[in-house]
Amino acid sequence: MSEPSVTAGIDLHARQVRKFRLQDLLFHRTTQLFAFVVLAALVGILVSLTIEAWPSLKEFGPAFLWTNIWSVPDDKFGALAAIYGTVVTSVLALLIAVPISFGIALFLTETCPVWLRRPLGTAIELLAGIPSIVYGIWGLFVFVPLFAEYIQPHLQDLLGHVPVIGGWFSGPPIGVGIFAASIVLSLMVIPFIASVMRDVFETVPDVLRESAYAVGCTTWEVVRNIVLPYTRVGVIGGIMLGLGRALGETMAVTFVIGNANRINGSLFAPGTSIASTLANEFGEADPGLHIASLFELGLVLFILTFIVLAISRWLISRSMGSEGL
Amino acid sequence: MMSLYTRRVWINRIGIALSMVAMSLGLIGLLWILWTLFSRGFAALSWDLFTQDTPAPGSEGGGLRNAIVGSGLILFFSMLISTPIGILAGIYLAEYGRISRFASFTRFMTDIMLSAPSIVIGLFVYALFVATTGGFSGWAGSLALALIAIPVVVRTTENMLKLVPTSLREAAFAVGAPRWQVSLKVTLRAVKSGVVTGVLLAMARITGETAPLLFTALNNQFFSTNMAEPMGNLPVVIYQFALSPYDNWVNLAWGGALLIAILVLAVNIGVRVIFRNKVKR
Repeated sequence: MSEPSVTAGIDLHARQVRKFRLQDLLFHRTTQLFAFVVLAALVGILVSLTIEAWPSLKEFGPAFLWTNIWSVPDDKFGALAAIYGTVVTSVLALLIAVPISFGIALFLTETCPVWLRRPLGTAIELLAGIPSIVYGIWGLFVFVPLFAEYIQPHLQDLLGHVPVIGGWFSGPPIGVGIFAASIVLSLMVIPFIASVMRDVFETVPDVLRESAYAVGCTTWEVVRNIVLPYTRVGVIGGIMLGLGRALGETMAVTFVIGNANRINGSLFAPGTSIASTLANEFGEADPGLHIASLFELGLVLFILTFIVLAISRWLISRSMGSEGL
Repeated sequence: MMSLYTRRVWINRIGIALSMVAMSLGLIGLLWILWTLFSRGFAALSWDLFTQDTPAPGSEGGGLRNAIVGSGLILFFSMLISTPIGILAGIYLAEYGRISRFASFTRFMTDIMLSAPSIVIGLFVYALFVATTGGFSGWAGSLALALIAIPVVVRTTENMLKLVPTSLREAAFAVGAPRWQVSLKVTLRAVKSGVVTGVLLAMARITGETAPLLFTALNNQFFSTNMAEPMGNLPVVIYQFALSPYDNWVNLAWGGALLIAILVLAVNIGVRVIFRNKVKR
């Protein structure tokens, strides 16, 4: 009597296993499909921007990148002024942000009292949470007037007559312009760079640090000769992350850069960036070459930031192990 | 003539002092922005802000009712899209992605998407959705914001799932649970609050996003709950009003900026306070 029930039990079991296996396969593939959505979005961006930019790609060719003209009435477009503004503001922003971020990370990991570490670290992270449009209106209404009245004239007096770099500080001190945009941008990227630097500084084994202190190194020497060399790759990754952020930032820059589509040797002059040109013109763009050129600007920005961010993530993950951030 | 020792001590002091200056610069920046925001924003707060719609050019008063409701709807639907996608993709990366090359490639790309310029996402949705369906709409806005939120949800879900001890998974497998049940009923449940945090952080991230809405949801001066039409929303209203010549518009922009900032900061601080002891960071 017991024979049939045993085989039935085995049958049932086998069926259950098959069912589970099928469900698992389904689950595996479903979750994989959703992971694929992210990749699809990325490829979709590249493809759709290229398609929309096609008329402009065909008309202007690669010269689009180094032609300095942006004339809607003549249907002549070149990206040089926008690329110049984007690159100059971002690089200048990094020149300001990197030393400050390094100081913050150094302070948070080496000298800050332990009970203060978390609140101060959180404060810096909050700076990253503030929406960029808030930076924009703060920059326009609060920072720019002060900058024009108190900082620009002094910079001009101080550096305006120095050969070579004097020209960077020429022109009327109107506040808005490349320099103001760089300063607001630097404030925006500080939290990103500082957080990465802090995280990689913390990966330095305590043994290394303690041995250095034990042979009599000062804090500064420990950071210069132990921490920085050990975390060099990650630090560069953090800087690249800040660069990627700065290149694509739209709202804060649009408010304070002055939105003049030209290249001026002076950093005090208004300029434009790729993102701010898009924000200003895309809504009212004429169909045809104008909108296609704007799409091409978007494509250029996307590829540029993609490369910078890819390098950054690669360096950071190499420096922090497989965990990444 | 300074001895080597004195010189080293002084270099150290200067270095430490400079790092403190850097820290204070960061804090001053934060406090300065917050102070401006609160002083100008509170001056603009009133009941009218919540009960009246955005004013026509040149007219007095007005509020942000249509923009607040519009932002709420757009946010709600973008989280509705991005939450399931993000969580399932996060599960894939955490449960199946330890060895798979496809998964590590996806993880890498997700990290890049985290910082990709949001205005380009706006262009993408415009090309994909607005240009093909023939109009700006709340749906397009939701889609653009969802694309920005997904990577945030993916990465936090994955990171949370990785914190689940392997022994918990093994125990579930040992009693014969299939993989999908282990994922959904054991590990995901164990980190439920962490995943919710990720969703909240993603929401905070997209609340203030302006650039992707400029060419998707556009704006609407009137009260509307129709997601198929252009829809008023706080970030775009702030952008347009702040650059306008009307004093009451600029005032409303500050009020709107304060509302967004309060929401974003509340989520960010709340999450950190709740998770203070749960997750080491």
